[in-house]
Amino acid sequence: MSQRIRIATTSLAGCFGCHMSFLDIDERLIELSEKIEFDRTPLTDIKTLGHCDIGLIEGGMGNTENYELLREFREKCDILVSMGACAINGGIPAMRNSFTLKECLETAYVEGVGVTDPQIPGDPEIPLPLNKIHPLHEVVKIDYFLPGCPPPAEMFWTFLNQLLNGQPIEFTYSQIHYD
Amino acid sequence: MNAGYLGLPTVVNNVESFVAAAMIMEQGADWFLSRGTETSTGTKLLSISGDCAKPGVYEYPFGTSIRKILEDCGADDPQMVQVAGAAGTMIGETDFDRCISFDDVATGGSFMIFDRSRDLPEIIGNFIAFFVHESCGFCTPCRVGTSLLQKRFDKLLSGRASRLDLEKMQQIGTLMKVTSHCGLGATAPNALLDSLKNFPSMYEDRLASTQFEPAFILEDALQEARTLADSGAKS
Amino acid sequence: MNLKAAARLGGRIGHFSIDGVRLPFREGQTIMAAAMEAGVYIPHLCYNPEFTPHGSCRLCVVRSNGRHLAACTTPAAEGLEVESHTDELQEQRRELLQMLFVEGNHVCPACEKSGACQLQAVAYYCGMLAPELTYFYPQRTVDASHPDIAIDYNRCILCELCVRASREADGKNVFSIADRGIHAHLQINSSTGKLRDSDLEVTDKAAHVCPTGAILPRNLGYNIPIGKRPYDQKPISLAGDVADHEESS
Repeated sequence: MSQRIRIATTSLAGCFGCHMSFLDIDERLIELSEKIEFDRTPLTDIKTLGHCDIGLIEGGMGNTENYELLREFREKCDILVSMGACAINGGIPAMRNSFTLKECLETAYVEGVGVTDPQIPGDPEIPLPLNKIHPLHEVVKIDYFLPGCPPPAEMFWTFLNQLLNGQPIEFTYSQIHYD
Repeated sequence: MNAGYLGLPTVVNNVESFVAAAMIMEQGADWFLSRGTETSTGTKLLSISGDCAKPGVYEYPFGTSIRKILEDCGADDPQMVQVAGAAGTMIGETDFDRCISFDDVATGGSFMIFDRSRDLPEIIGNFIAFFVHESCGFCTPCRVGTSLLQKRFDKLLSGRASRLDLEKMQQIGTLMKVTSHCGLGATAPNALLDSLKNFPSMYEDRLASTQFEPAFILEDALQEARTLADSGAKS
Repeated sequence: MNLKAAARLGGRIGHFSIDGVRLPFREGQTIMAAAMEAGVYIPHLCYNPEFTPHGSCRLCVVRSNGRHLAACTTPAAEGLEVESHTDELQEQRRELLQMLFVEGNHVCPACEKSGACQLQAVAYYCGMLAPELTYFYPQRTVDASHPDIAIDYNRCILCELCVRASREADGKNVFSIADRGIHAHLQINSSTGKLRDSDLEVTDKAAHVCPTGAILPRNLGYNIPIGKRPYDQKPISLAGDVADHEESS
């Protein structure tokens, strides 16, 4: 058997919905596992990133940790894929772009319902938020985009099979949606 | 404009045309045809400005080379000539033998000279900013394209661009050229597109890398958070 | 005589072609009007056959005699050969769509128009996977002052269909475009600038022609569930424009 394709995945400012949708390829995961193996991913709980053939990233880019991780994925993955609405245009997290960071943090940590000891966190351990959420392609070069909130399971299946077989990536009408 | 004076077809000419018409009446058509080239007859008034000893309004027969004009007005060290205004044609040294005519370098008369002391990217940035301001906002490619070009060009000017940004600007400019509603949008990217073609090394020198460069500066994007975290830690 | 008048009068019949397919047209008809009548789809956003063509979105860009033209404002002519569904034009349409997506704040997962939105539908049809440009993330507002109609300016693409519908069909003048260039924006012609203080009514045509989720009649957002909406089922070339569905809803 030839060497299996190594895949890493992560979620930045995302909800893991893209990951859940990926799992919705159901029993075909077994078939897929003959061709691929996972590196860093929440699916296996592997925490360190090695050299990979494909990196799949969901979520917008909103803080320093996101930024570093995204750059690391770009460095270590031959093919980098922006998956889901948040990765592609900031999505729901980017709705905070209509407000200043001060307004957002005060709403959450000062004025929020049930907040005790109200203050904006300043611990150096906590990643700093950027003043805006950005799509991934504004930070690193992205090779493929999988739209959707989340991208449907069929889109993942189509994409990985076409990529693994060296075919051009083509989606059917029902696989492309932005919601 | 959908109708002319009193709702009738109306010709509006500029002073230069009236002068030409009057001269033709006085001297005859043959006299007029004896100047210029076969397809661009007569003469052209050029408003010469910029880096030359003798700026002013010059009259030349069509078919005169840019090099001749530059010599006449005392442009000692020309780097580039912008012919026909911000939406016109950008001529570099290798094209100074091209001629003013309808078939070659067409012009309404504007002739701006920039010598070697000038920073061309900065000048092109000015042209791009001019069209961001001039776009009326009616059609998509001009309204959005002018601002997209400005963002990318500012990135280039601040030394944060990669070759991919040059390719993207080329793509956006080309789209504006063919899909804009009017001539303004179609010619707004001219200075950029001409310079990408005629002065490629100038752009290469400015690139941060050949690979990808981020669209924004991380440190700037963290300013707000740092201020908030500092004041939070103090309180 | 203007195009609309000629088309109304019937006019002489001629023939032209789109992508090699021969189509009839009545004298004075635009390429778009003739194509639509013949059931040939050319992508568009600011065009609606009921109103004066605008030619601003540029999505209907076609090619003829080596020139790019807007199909919605260019008259059809005898023997004219038009290209529309070529790789080059579809690519250019995707680029125009990307511009519209990054210019505003189009958060499809959070929009009640999703699945019935023409901006989305045309982008699906043209095969746009992502807007690969730098986002503007403009600061825009929502006007929920009117009891029956809401405006979310984040989603406005400046097609001016509401402007035209209000003037041409409703005999009112509720909307206009203010400012220029990238700052151009839709505004309400009322003393406060609020929709509540305008004379817009939910029965007005202008409340039902928006191709995106910018102008929405209230209280019926999720009558048709996500997944069962026109463009969830079929591409826009088969399902028709948003305004057609508004009519029947």
